[in-house]
Amino acid sequence: MADATPATTDTAVAIAEAVRSGERSAREVLDTHLAAIDAREGEIHAFNLVLADEARAAADEIDRRVAAGEDPGPLAGVPVALKDNLCTRGVATTCSSKILEGWEPPYDATVVRRLADAGAVVVGKANLDEFAMGSSTENSAFGPTRNPRDTTKVPGGSSGGSTAAVAAGFAAVGLGSDTGGSIRQPAALCGVVGMKPTYGRVSRYGLVAFASSLDQIGPLTHTVADTARVLEVIGGHDPADTTSIPEAMPALESVLGDGVAGLRVGVVRELMGEGIAPDVAARVREAAEVLAAAGAEVGEASVPAVTYGLSAYYLIAPAEASSNLSRYDGVRYGLRVDAPTTPEMNLASRTAGFGAEVKRRIMLGTYALSAGYYDAYYGKAQKVRTLIIRDFAAAYESFDLLLAPTSPTTAFPLGAKVSDPLTMYLNDICTIPSNLAGQPAVSVPFGAGDDGLPVGVQLLAPALAEAPLLRAAAVLEEGAPS
Amino acid sequence: MTESGSRRGADEGGTKQWELVVGLEVHCELATATKLFCGCPNQFGAEPNTNVCPVCLGLPGSLPVLNRQAVEFAMRLGRALHCTVEPSTFARKNYFYPDMPKDYQVSQYDQPINAEGHLDLPSGQRIGIERAHLEEDTGKSTHVGGGGRIHEAGHSLVDYNRAGVPLVEIVGRPDLRSSEDAKAYAAELRAILLATGVSDAKMEEGSMRVDANVSVRHPGEEFGTRCEIKNLNSLRSLGRAIDYEARRQIDLIEAGERVIQQTRHWDEADGRTHTLRSKEEAYDYRYFPEPDLVPVVPSAEWLAEVEASVPTLPAERREAVAEAAGVTPADAALVVERGLDGLVLAAIAAGADPLRVLTHADHNLAVEGADALDPRALAELVTMEADGALTATQAKTVLAEMVAGGGSPAEIAGAKGFEAVSADALGDVVDGIIAANADEWDRYVNGDDKTRGKLTGFFVGQVMRATQGNADGKAVTALLEQRRGG
Ligand SMILES: [Zn+2]
Repeated sequence: MADATPATTDTAVAIAEAVRSGERSAREVLDTHLAAIDAREGEIHAFNLVLADEARAAADEIDRRVAAGEDPGPLAGVPVALKDNLCTRGVATTCSSKILEGWEPPYDATVVRRLADAGAVVVGKANLDEFAMGSSTENSAFGPTRNPRDTTKVPGGSSGGSTAAVAAGFAAVGLGSDTGGSIRQPAALCGVVGMKPTYGRVSRYGLVAFASSLDQIGPLTHTVADTARVLEVIGGHDPADTTSIPEAMPALESVLGDGVAGLRVGVVRELMGEGIAPDVAARVREAAEVLAAAGAEVGEASVPAVTYGLSAYYLIAPAEASSNLSRYDGVRYGLRVDAPTTPEMNLASRTAGFGAEVKRRIMLGTYALSAGYYDAYYGKAQKVRTLIIRDFAAAYESFDLLLAPTSPTTAFPLGAKVSDPLTMYLNDICTIPSNLAGQPAVSVPFGAGDDGLPVGVQLLAPALAEAPLLRAAAVLEEGAPS
Repeated sequence: MTESGSRRGADEGGTKQWELVVGLEVHCELATATKLFCGCPNQFGAEPNTNVCPVCLGLPGSLPVLNRQAVEFAMRLGRALHCTVEPSTFARKNYFYPDMPKDYQVSQYDQPINAEGHLDLPSGQRIGIERAHLEEDTGKSTHVGGGGRIHEAGHSLVDYNRAGVPLVEIVGRPDLRSSEDAKAYAAELRAILLATGVSDAKMEEGSMRVDANVSVRHPGEEFGTRCEIKNLNSLRSLGRAIDYEARRQIDLIEAGERVIQQTRHWDEADGRTHTLRSKEEAYDYRYFPEPDLVPVVPSAEWLAEVEASVPTLPAERREAVAEAAGVTPADAALVVERGLDGLVLAAIAAGADPLRVLTHADHNLAVEGADALDPRALAELVTMEADGALTATQAKTVLAEMVAGGGSPAEIAGAKGFEAVSADALGDVVDGIIAANADEWDRYVNGDDKTRGKLTGFFVGQVMRATQGNADGKAVTALLEQRRGG
């Protein structure tokens, strides 16, 4: 647990304030993180691409601005790892897939631009399950990422690279994307804070789509305060994303100390039973006690429809993916395998370019949308989605926040589940409902399992309630077993 | 409605009459400044792949942002087609094609923006409109080598300038019963597109594309199996293709075979339709709601603005002319098509004889600048003509001058030496000519019709000579008849 040197577990808030005040240089901060990368990246494989030269140039520019009396922004000099499904202008963006071989986006994702405008320094493009489809970062065309806490274990996924980069001290902040738990589950498994904001809080412009109605970008950080700060930077309306929420981002960082006195917190009964490891469930109950001790009214909540979440998710997400991934046809960019006719070329390129899990989901999704099956599969899944939203709404009449495990278990060994998709899918049973409901949720490290590996507990909130959500997260962070 | 049906089939020895059933699906490009989901110019004829960006190229990570003007144009067209504007959503239509950047087309499926309207043909026939929905256009492929056909081409080039251009697809009900009606429908729709300013509606350039669903049946029976005909690039092609296809289907059925539902391609050169794909080969488009776009729910204020922007439509304009002139709307079609209805109505309002005004508009004003004519001057001209101050031929000459250079009809007539011959004066001239040609007059009065016909020409010619052509032939004929009877 203590592999990382103290310097590289510096928080984003600490780094930014030190750089802004001139106490530390962005370059020195960066070099510390690059040194950590040099030391352990060979073992961890958090990155598809390390942008050392570009990062040095960016850090030097931050230092120049500080020297000139300017404020480079709230993330001044903060090293960031970007999940490699976030578009970066002129820099390969692979989604850890062979199909995007050689493609360099001509534009930056909105979040990338906002990070740069806030003074952040991108250190690299982080590994992921191909097209964000997976829960272990083993489905990468470029090989798996390992868990910095125990390199025989997976880091979780699909944002395993960004999460491992933070956990290993390669970057102070990671950006991930969360479609069914892809930020929160690896955060739990690697012992960092990971948050999925309300759907529409953060612009998806420049996030390579997996399942558009579920995808949401969010931060991976050492602390809740870092998450609040990053979210304030990357969140807020973006005219380039029609689904982005028009309301301004509320203040988050400044309200973190407000505590939970009077907040009603419900432990989700349906997510505490079968399939949840006893040590994980025990940590959730302890977390409930911490909140109660801090003045929250803690009770048991029931959200019956969440038990159907996994089934609905594995119809909706593949259905959208089957459409989103059609464009990788060998015609315009990425991998092309030549063949006599265009349809044969499409087929050959897609056959060679996509990995097994991506192909599985494209087939699932294509089937779910087919004539004659739509109502029974996709249509029904959408109805379940409506039920989940309804059940959450009912629960939020009695509670302000909900509490649940993030992942059913602690990190599992590499290779343990990769050949059994259904077992792998069960990893997301506690995280998927928030994606289906479009609501925010955060995973906070809270002690360890019987194996000594990190456990994450998950707080859930109604749409747009990021502020109370993070206030409670800060209380859990404070009260977590050391 | 069976007359046109009876024109085919029964007249060629069939024992039962055949009725043609046609419904048209029309795609028209909206004349917006930018594309449907991005800021690229919506422009025809630019260098290939110059009006493109990450969004219309469907690059990974890009997202669509709906063009407000396109929505407004679609609503305006919808109201012009008497549709109700509905809260609408977008869907994805999934199929692989190289000129479609995302390999799905963003379209509207179960919740179109415009539903249930109609279009009135000049004949007065009302054709139902099922829906008129928004969607994005595809790029354009050019197949190099192999005679331009995709299967034989050496390679293909794709121009994505057109990808993402806003289209409205207008789905008409199968209410048309002849190729002539189908052409009239397409022409009327084009007139509405132009009148509302939402499209330049050029069939040849592809900014208005017509597909025809054609079937045949015996009147009163269920609809027959239909075929969809594509590649109709002009009204002429539309008419020819429908007639060919109907004949083909009737021949099949009369030979004891069945029509197979399929999509067929019209070949203008050989004048036939050819199989493109059958129903079994049809794509499964796997429509589902487009998650990257939110529902379009226009506010009441916006709807009211759109409502106010709908101009007076061709059908209403025909009605107005018909009422003012005391003719049928069909008789008013030509002046409306020429945009001369404003002039005609103003001239009638200024006191001109309606039928003479319409006659001039139909026959003598198919020229540039006619719509700029001063209606009071036109009214003056028509009145001079009605009073016999000008012959029809003279009036036409004066009118041409008025269009070309302006000026009052009286001045132009004076300058041309067209002198007024009053009714009294003309009577005197006629009486003089009769007196000077007693033999001819005797034969005129007592001869048979044939003789009288010949001699009418003689007398009119004499009167014309005497008046230097300033007499009205019809008036002279009338006077001769009056003198004969009196
Ligand atoms: Zn564009």
